[in-house]
This record gives sequence, C-alpha cells and structure tokens, in this order.
Amino acid sequence: MKIKIIIPTDKIQAPIIAESMVETKVLLNIMVANIDSTYGELIADVEDSQFNKIKKALEARGAVVFVLDQPITRDEEECVECGACISVCPMKVYSFDEDWSLCVDEKKCIQCGMCIKMCPHGALKLGE
Amino acid sequence: MVEKSIQEINKKIEDGSVNVVTAEEMVGIVGELGAEGAAKEVDVVTTGTFGAMCSSGLMLNLGHSEPPIKIQKIWFNDVEAYSGVAAVDAYLGAAQNSDIRGIQYGGAHVIEDLLRGKEINVHATSYGTDCYPRKVLDTSITLEDLNEAFLLNPRNAYQKYAAATNSSKRILHTYMGELLPQFGNVTYSGAGVLSPLSNDPEYQTIGMGTRIFMGGAQGYVIGNGTQHSPNSGFGTLMLRGNLKDMSSDYIRAASFTGYGATLYMGIGIPIPILNEKLAASTAVRDEDLVTEILDYGAGSRDKPMIREANYAELRSGSVEIQGREVPTSSMSSFKNARKIANELKEWVKQGDFFVSAPVERLARENTVKPMKQTQAVPLVKDVMSEFIVTIKKNQTVQDVAKKIWENSFNHVAVISDSGELVGLVTAWDVSKAVAENRFDSVESIMTKKVLSCAPNEPVDLAARRLDRYGVSAMPVVDTQMHVLGIITSDNISKLLARRY
Repeated sequence: MKIKIIIPTDKIQAPIIAESMVETKVLLNIMVANIDSTYGELIADVEDSQFNKIKKALEARGAVVFVLDQPITRDEEECVECGACISVCPMKVYSFDEDWSLCVDEKKCIQCGMCIKMCPHGALKLGE
Repeated sequence: MVEKSIQEINKKIEDGSVNVVTAEEMVGIVGELGAEGAAKEVDVVTTGTFGAMCSSGLMLNLGHSEPPIKIQKIWFNDVEAYSGVAAVDAYLGAAQNSDIRGIQYGGAHVIEDLLRGKEINVHATSYGTDCYPRKVLDTSITLEDLNEAFLLNPRNAYQKYAAATNSSKRILHTYMGELLPQFGNVTYSGAGVLSPLSNDPEYQTIGMGTRIFMGGAQGYVIGNGTQHSPNSGFGTLMLRGNLKDMSSDYIRAASFTGYGATLYMGIGIPIPILNEKLAASTAVRDEDLVTEILDYGAGSRDKPMIREANYAELRSGSVEIQGREVPTSSMSSFKNARKIANELKEWVKQGDFFVSAPVERLARENTVKPMKQTQAVPLVKDVMSEFIVTIKKNQTVQDVAKKIWENSFNHVAVISDSGELVGLVTAWDVSKAVAENRFDSVESIMTKKVLSCAPNEPVDLAARRLDRYGVSAMPVVDTQMHVLGIITSDNISKLLARRY
C-alpha cells in the first residue's frame, strides 16, 4: 500500500526513517521525498502486512503516518479524454488504450495532485 | 484521370450511393488502390478535430429592453463582452476571464452554460440617449431568449500546431498546459491524420462558404482565419455556426492553470474527392506531418526550436530530447476527433449533409508578421549598472564588508578563480554573519542559488523574475557566466520614472 509520512520541523534533523527501517526491518520503497530544513513529506510503498509495524516505529519517533487510500477520481462527464494528464503523472497512472480512450490505473496514484492542475476541464479531483 | 463534380457527388448523397470514408480509413484505401483507384472509389473523406481554440466567441443579439438601452458595457455572469456594435449586439470572447471568479470561469464557460440551457445573469450599462434613455440593465437570459447566437470564431482548426517543452528550472503554466522543468514533458495539439486542413493542404475544396460540422451542427467556413500562414503549413480557418443547433458534446469550456479560459471546439470538414490529387492528399498520415517542438522556457515571442517531430512520434507517448525519452501529452482529444469524423460520415451517408464548393479559395500565400512596436522594449543591458563589485569566494567576511563599505554597493557578486559567477553576498548576509559571530570565507555566507539574467532579455522579464522570487537584484551574466553588471529594483524604478 502507499503511505504518506510527514516529518515535523522538530524531528527533521533526526534520521527517523532510517531508524524505523533498521528497527523493524520493514523496507519502505520511497517514491517521492520532499525534505528541506523545516519540513519533510515522503510517499512510500510498503507491504500491507508490514504497515502497522513501520507505522508504530515512525510514530514513536514523532512522524505522522497515514494511508493513501483515496486515489484520484475522474469525472467522466467533464473529461474529454485529451490525455493532457498523461505526461505530468510521475507514476504513469494514465494511459491510452487502442481506441484512444483514457485509462486510469488508480492503484498507482500517490495523490501528488500534478494532474489536477494540468487538466483543462477540471475533471480530476482528490479526496472524494 | 478522374474528374468528379460537387454536383455529381451531391446527387450520390441524395440517392444514397455515395461512398464516404474517414481520413484515417483513406490512408489504407489509397495504399491499396493507389490515388487514381481511390479517387474512383471514394466520393467524400471526412476529417475531424477537437481541441482548445482560444480564438472563438459568440456574437449575440439580446433584443430590445423597455425602456431601450444602447449598451456600452456588458457582462454575462461577470464576464465582459464587447458591445460597441449598435445597441443590443454583443461579442463574447471565449478567452475573456470573469471579473469575479478570475481564470476559472470565462467566456467559454458562459457559452457552454448557455448551450446546457442554464440561466445567465446579464448586467449592462450605458450613458443614455434620447432614443435609448436607459442607463443600467440587469436581467437573466437563456439561449432561447436570444434572437441570434452565432459562434463567430476568428481562428480555428490550425492545420498543425507547434509542440511545447520547457528547458527552464521551474514549472511553466501555459496555454499548452503544465510544462515540467528541464524538458520534463512535451505537450502537443492537433488531430494529425484527421486534421481538416492537413488533408487538403492546397485548399482545393476548403474555402469561403464550405459547409462543415461545427460543434455538432452544420456551420460554415467564412474565410481564412487570423494568423493564417500557409507558407509554413500553419493555415487557419474563420468559422460561423448557430450555437442554438450545437451540442455540448462538441463545445466544451476549459481553463488552463495560470493561463485562463478557452473553448474546446469540435470541427469536422468533408473533403469531396474531385480528382486523384485530392485522393492522394487525404491519404496523409501522422508520420507525414512534421511540426516543431518549441522551448517555452524563454518567455519570448521567438521560442527556440528544440527539434522537429512528426505526429506519429508525438502520439507514440514519448519523444527523444537530448538523449532522454520525454513523455508527451496531447492537449486535444483524438478520440473525439475520430468521433466527429465518423459522425460527419454518417450525416453524409444518410443524406443529411451535402458537400459544397467554396465561393472563394483560401489564400495560399501568406506569412504572419510580428507586431509593429513603435516603442523600443528596454533590455536589461540598457538599464543595468555596469559597475559591479566582485569578490573571490575564498576571501573573508571582513574583505566583503570592506568592499561594501568602500563602494557603497549593497550587492557583491562572488566569482570563482576563473571569473564565473558562483554566488551573491549582500550587506544583510554580512550583518547576519557578524551577529552570529561567523567570520569564515565568503563562500560560507553567500547565497549560492543566485538568480541571474542575460543582457539581451527584456527588462519586463527580469522585473517579473525579481518580483516572483522576492529579491532586489540579479547579476547580469553572459553565456559563460561572466558577470557583466547587475540589475536592481532601483534600475527598474529609474526606468519607470523616465517613462512617465
């Protein structure tokens, strides 16, 4: 499953991700990491069965963890199937089938929101 | 030699014996039968395109109010229209943004809302005359209430369009969509194999008066479009059609982030196959249509070309730029273009649509001129300070403080041994270092990610960058990163003071 890990300002100097992985031996596949001196936000893939373990370890060190279980939704009425979303998605959620119909593979979505800004028809939404 | 007339083809449409295919199907037919064979076999080839066409708008007539008004200014759902034509005529441009809601809602959205039967608020003002005494008008209307509602689109159906990419280091929000930094993606527009003008590039049958599919209704070509540029293969069309007959399947409002409102138009044009030359031209394939990929990173009218690419490459999902596979996005819908070509094909087959001969052909020789500008655009080099204080990165904080003091200059460019710009130090950085009791090398206190600009950039672009990043100065550098001068907000203020 895909999870989001938020590292608050007061924990940003500590290697809490590495510590949690070493302690639990759960491997996080980090897909997106935005970290600077004040704030950190990571998106990672983890085995479903291992989630509770790593969540506990991360939270014990001050991180905020939640499951990304609300992928992008597409309003099929608004969508004109131009495919503008295809090239901005870092996870290749969007593709064309052989009829040039737009296919959406929600499972890959990491809720980054890039496609929402790209869509000229306001057809894509998060959190619904 | 095959020679057919429009009349012969229309007779076949009337008696139901007409053979109609789409421009996609024609590729295979000409491949199999050759141009002459295909010209004998096929009577009409249908094309289609569905994409953003900002240069569109609605010419409408409201009918007269009681007491009557000669409208000077008018808004539809807070989107301003042009009403300097008689009393109650107005032209609502698709790309005009709402005064209240900004770029999320524009003329295109009013057009789509009208088409969907929604009520639209109208606010109009005037100065009042003896014959039109009223000064203010507020009402709400639907499409039915209008006497006339014609889409009158100055520039639609580009023959092909240049693709877009971005060499700069930040995301660009453009009318070609979001362009990711450092060639992160390529966006393109146009229906390629189905593109109307690309299937009749000599404009033998498409001209003034040609009956077409426009937004789901029958409309007309009323001439070449604005910026019609056949010499470079970028022909355009001016179109007219009755909005009241159109369908919201083919007329869709859109808004590009950071750019504004636009209208997605669905257009299909039938090409009567009068001779084998037309059979051959309607067999055009995606791979035959070459366009340019332009770099929008420059922010200038003349965008540098990164490479050429044909529509087959663009539609494959990625193109190669500087040795890397870059993903592509279409901004127009091929699926809808195909749907339009097929619907038009059905219309002709069913005898609901007849082909027409143009009253006048489109211009085949024309190029687009840039704007004549009578006021020279000031460049960075015209206003920058050529005097600049520099320091080597391994010098001390004290050295820099001394330089600032001696030259009474707030910004000191930090350069490497070979003279390239590597950082910037301000009096503020020095104060901070002193406050923190740090007296190391200049390198440790300087700003390393320095914004810079080129001497030939327009001042407007430099000013926009200073404003966006909230900084007060930028070094001006040549292509080798050698410092030529500095442009500060002071330089820009002085320029403005001179101007007004």
